[in-house]
Amino acid sequence: MTSGPLLAQVVHLGRRSVLRTLRQPVNVVPSFIFPLILLAVNVGGLESAARIPGFPTDSYLDFALAFTFIQGALFATTNAGTDLARDIQTGFLNRLALTPMKSAALLLGQLAGVIALALIQATLYLTIGLVAGVRPESGVLGVFVIVFLGVLIALGFGAIGAFLALRTGSGEAIQALFPLFFVFLFMSSMNLPRNLIEIDWFRTVTTINPVSYLIEGIRSLIITGWDAQALALGFGLAGGIAAIALAAASIALRGRLARS
Amino acid sequence: MRDAHGIQAEGLAREFKGGIRAVDGIDLSVAPGEIFGFLGPNGAGKSTTVHMLTTLLPPTAGTARVAGFDVAHEGAQVRSAIGAALQEAALDPLLTGNEHLRLQTALHGMPKAERRRRSDELLERVGLTEAADRKVRTYSGGMKRRLDLALALVHGPSILFLDEPTTGLDPQSRNALWTEVARLARDDGVTVFLTTQYLEEADVLADRVGIIDHGKIVADGTPAALKAEIGRPSVEAIPAEPAERAAVARTLERFGASVPGSPKGVAVRLDGGEEQLADVVRALDAEGLHLQHLQLHAPTLDDVFLAKTGRSLEGAGDDELDAESEPEPVPA
Repeated sequence: MTSGPLLAQVVHLGRRSVLRTLRQPVNVVPSFIFPLILLAVNVGGLESAARIPGFPTDSYLDFALAFTFIQGALFATTNAGTDLARDIQTGFLNRLALTPMKSAALLLGQLAGVIALALIQATLYLTIGLVAGVRPESGVLGVFVIVFLGVLIALGFGAIGAFLALRTGSGEAIQALFPLFFVFLFMSSMNLPRNLIEIDWFRTVTTINPVSYLIEGIRSLIITGWDAQALALGFGLAGGIAAIALAAASIALRGRLARS
Repeated sequence: MRDAHGIQAEGLAREFKGGIRAVDGIDLSVAPGEIFGFLGPNGAGKSTTVHMLTTLLPPTAGTARVAGFDVAHEGAQVRSAIGAALQEAALDPLLTGNEHLRLQTALHGMPKAERRRRSDELLERVGLTEAADRKVRTYSGGMKRRLDLALALVHGPSILFLDEPTTGLDPQSRNALWTEVARLARDDGVTVFLTTQYLEEADVLADRVGIIDHGKIVADGTPAALKAEIGRPSVEAIPAEPAERAAVARTLERFGASVPGSPKGVAVRLDGGEEQLADVVRALDAEGLHLQHLQLHAPTLDDVFLAKTGRSLEGAGDDELDAESEPEPVPA
């Protein structure tokens, strides 16, 4: 009996991850609802911000929609992390470790659930945005790029969740870190363009916060069109976060699966 | 699959960070086709030993060979030869029994048609065919254990590790699991390494027993041989009147040394063996002592544990490092 190719193992573990994700509506539904609630609150309260001279668009909804993707991706961190931590706590990871499973298959399979959830989220947010009148300046192709970037961001955040789970082995630890991630989100250019932030220290923080560039990458496709710099920064950072987080998670997995 | 090599360990040890020596240089030899009961209280080192023998945890000293392969250097070969049901059924509550088996068979690289056949066969063998499409979170403890066993058998292992497989099970589920384990060894020639803290389980099921305490093996042999080592039976009497307890004790101590008994009773090891029982009854009668209860105890594995460690196995691990609280299996 052979271990089978890596791809086949990824498919089997990915199927399990997707099934598990979809069978936890208590975890999944908030990741759809909360970003939309926050979007509604922000648009309702900050609509007049779109009239500030120099604001890049006359619709605050167009401006704010990008943030929902990032907040949705944040849920991916928690979901991926707590699912993997549960596997460690229940011993299921040990069960998998006793099969000829390759370590990479576990990680990639685990993240398949994150990708599936991110795809559904991105489609939902975009659909609601389109129904509410958002018309992405980048056109139909831009819609696909928005979804792709949203999924890439979720993959990176999910890999961070997996890394934390493998390091701590505790779902509670992942949940406890959730508010910290939220601080990163709120200390970004989520509510205002960076050039319109008048408080110096806050503008500095938003400028060095990578989350700003993730938001601005998606936002540029909605309100600007094809902005090469914003896209390069958005994709570069999203890809970089995903690569670093995946590498860190792989090393953590090797330590966790201390099998010979 | 019939095992030809069994399990051998020499000086096997595992030290965790902070200097905790969970397993302290044990020697083991389990013959092919044997059911070996590894008996000890919580925190004695049973689970750590199993983790090392199943390649989930590298030893910090010593060597071990399982199915003829070195656990430290031939992990993949060891894993392909063994099946394991570790402490607590390691299952995903959101998946069905069928989905568990399909995943496990797929990860073992079985062709699709073989996966279905093997899954159905194992579900039937452990009596879960009707519950196969129910999510595991709806299963009882016994059903989870049976599914856990089925998952361990997916690839037809020649050696099976069962880490406290009946903990928390009702008597009916426990007996069903014992029957299946015995059948695996008898009919399929599977070598079984079974950890337990239940004396009865080791006594009923195991061909040979190793007793571990504080990371060291304190006794090793067949249950009959170990009990024979202890030798003499004990007799316990509970006086009808609590005030007569001292008088009963004085009378019994004529026949042997005092041993721990129930709180209300008096127990002595009979120097002359069970033939003295009639003399004991006559002596008590001669003293005019009335008894509520009189019982002859044949030596048990608990007596063996008591003789080897100075304390009873029942509750012996309560104040010690719990196996479950042992450090996570990460490299030192």
